[in-house]
Amino acid sequence: MSLESLAEEVKKVLGGFAKEVAWRKGYLEVLVETANVVEAAEKLKSIGLDHVKSVTAVDYPKESKIRVTYHASSYSREDLMGVIVGLSVDLPRDNPEMPSLISVWDGSVEFQEREVYEFFGVSFKGHPDLRPLLLIQELAEKKVLRKDFIVKEESIYEGVPFKYD
Amino acid sequence: MTSGGLEAGAQRIPGVTVKKIEKEVYEIFIGPQHPGSGHMRIIVRLDGDIIVEADPDIGYVHRTMEKLSEVREWLKPIPLLERMTIIDACNVTLPYVNALEKLMDKTPSTRASYLRVLLCEINRVASHLYGMGIFGVFIGHSTMYMWAFGDREVFVELAEVLTGARLTHTYPIPGGVRRDMPQDLPEMARRTVRYMRGRLEEYRKIFVDNPVIVKRLAGVGVISKSRAIELGVVGPNLRASGVKYDVRIAEPYEVYGELDFEIPVFEEGDALARTWVRVEEIKQSLNIIEQAVNWLETHKGEPVIAKEDFDKLPKLHKEVYEKEGRVKLVPAHATMKIPAGKAVARGEMGRGEIFYYVESDGGTTPYRVRVVTPSARNAIVFKHIVPGHTLMDLPAIYGSIDYFPPESDR
Amino acid sequence: MAGEPIDKVYVGNINVSARRARDLLLGKLKLGEVVDWATTFSLWPVHLLTSCCGAEFAATWSPRFDAEQYGALPWISPRQTNFIIIEGTITRKMACALRITYEQMPLPKFVIAMGACALDGGLFYNSYNIVKPWEVVPIDVYIPGCPPPPEGLARAILQIRKSIREKKLASKWLIEGWRPDKKYVTPKDDVCKWWRP
Repeated sequence: MSLESLAEEVKKVLGGFAKEVAWRKGYLEVLVETANVVEAAEKLKSIGLDHVKSVTAVDYPKESKIRVTYHASSYSREDLMGVIVGLSVDLPRDNPEMPSLISVWDGSVEFQEREVYEFFGVSFKGHPDLRPLLLIQELAEKKVLRKDFIVKEESIYEGVPFKYD
Repeated sequence: MTSGGLEAGAQRIPGVTVKKIEKEVYEIFIGPQHPGSGHMRIIVRLDGDIIVEADPDIGYVHRTMEKLSEVREWLKPIPLLERMTIIDACNVTLPYVNALEKLMDKTPSTRASYLRVLLCEINRVASHLYGMGIFGVFIGHSTMYMWAFGDREVFVELAEVLTGARLTHTYPIPGGVRRDMPQDLPEMARRTVRYMRGRLEEYRKIFVDNPVIVKRLAGVGVISKSRAIELGVVGPNLRASGVKYDVRIAEPYEVYGELDFEIPVFEEGDALARTWVRVEEIKQSLNIIEQAVNWLETHKGEPVIAKEDFDKLPKLHKEVYEKEGRVKLVPAHATMKIPAGKAVARGEMGRGEIFYYVESDGGTTPYRVRVVTPSARNAIVFKHIVPGHTLMDLPAIYGSIDYFPPESDR
Repeated sequence: MAGEPIDKVYVGNINVSARRARDLLLGKLKLGEVVDWATTFSLWPVHLLTSCCGAEFAATWSPRFDAEQYGALPWISPRQTNFIIIEGTITRKMACALRITYEQMPLPKFVIAMGACALDGGLFYNSYNIVKPWEVVPIDVYIPGCPPPPEGLARAILQIRKSIREKKLASKWLIEGWRPDKKYVTPKDDVCKWWRP
């Protein structure tokens, strides 16, 4: 499938939902409102984008937002296998909250939403099992992948005195 | 003497949880110290011998690579990210390098592309053999472990001749690779390929066609085609379920578009089919290795880094390259800046598709590196496919998924 | 004696008797040397793979390097092993598992820290999720390298065997009940403090 026709098809199927459609290097990014994200995801799934490769979150402290992108692609439609469509939403940084897309994309987003939850503190409403996946609870509370968590020069094994004896 | 009862005398032991569970359901914590390989815990709940619920508790090897990549210069995440899967080191870093090249609008020389493909395929064979060997450990087939690991050394040796390192090659860099091929590599590669083709026949006899193994694996851990798509399973596990998807075909990177190979697809979706896919993929990789060394032998003279980079090298560095075939980089490479933008790149590792999202704000370090590895996407299988099987089937499913925790936890 | 509660029956102090028997067998006789000799040939590492050096750990027991010739064979249960190889980085979650596994092993037990990460963090030095292994368990031999080649691991096993024979580590440990030169740096409560039931 040529890239222009994909952009056309995505625009057509999303109708008024798409605030912005732009080609990045390697994927088509579609920005939608948080309120419309579930319907937009359902529409994308209906054209054959049947699984999510990555739930990517990026923190922008200057603009005070967190952008969550669902990089979706297809296993069932051969002409869509070669392209990736990123469904993005912008969330406020102080209280990021969005509906979970587990109802649309099922298991392929389940663990990755848990990851975004523990690393960025984004809470996904409707996720059946939202708890930290990789990190321990103490670290998950610090939202380690946000930009204001600075990697210290020394290992931060806090609370434990170092004794060389 | 036990008049105090359990509660009064019970001590709180660090690291041990005591809690009430439902009647007639056992809860077993498997791992992170368990007979197979793998640094993860699966919490399974059993009704009799049947698993009713499985909860993968991963993160035992989470080494924060995404965060550490953000504080290091553009080239330094390459050796860092390689540690996710040191047994598949070229495949795991190549998409990162591809993403940087997309941001920089740089095209590697064709010779460099062929060298990358050569190393990637060597790594893929080594990775599959590693997976099969560990699978042997899981289901108590020590011969498979010994054979697979013995034969894997042949490919590790080949990679060592090509790059200088057994596992951590750090071979691709933006615009090319770090070393040219030694003169005697093509002959050595052809010998290796001939040897491995003979061995695969013996693998079939002792492992995949062995009645004991067939009995143990056939019909176990079946992932149907539609379920595999919903769960976003990748790699050999996906192709064993009948989905013909391989990044090398879907979105050809490097020179995979010019090479002649097939994608083995099986329909059964069980543990045996997943093993068969790996065996068939080894055959295809051997074909690619042959094609790559043939091309490399007949097309000499082109530098292994991008032409514009090569022209900028000082005279001394060019001499080193002429004499030793080794690319000495100028210090400017370490502190290079990459134009602002967002890029996505993917590649096919031995275990499946790896996905990179790289964002640059124009500085000397990445703004964000997001990596989703095949094992991270396959981990969901434990939660949704394992329930309903007996506890005895869990090692067979675990081994056949070829799950590698450092890769999954990043 | 009938009717008397069982805890009132006077028997010899079992701890004293055990100590006397131990002193006789291991202290007075040359059995201690036998213990050291036997331990060097049965160093069985427990099957706990902590990080990516596990790839080289697996290769060490493969036909090419064949570490089984040193009498070492990776085994499943910590109760039947006396040797632990830390393969690379220890994360916070893994630190607790490592400590529990180590404590489950019978005396005398030995530890090899393999790889740069196990020395002091290595490539992941600044990471927020790693713990230095020497804080968690007492370590006998360190191997540098990222990852160390299988030959390096084999060399470390030989090194441990040498020090057991020369310093009589195994028999001394059994006689004294503890090793004065090896102590835990961090209390277990702190290693496992993330664990909340």
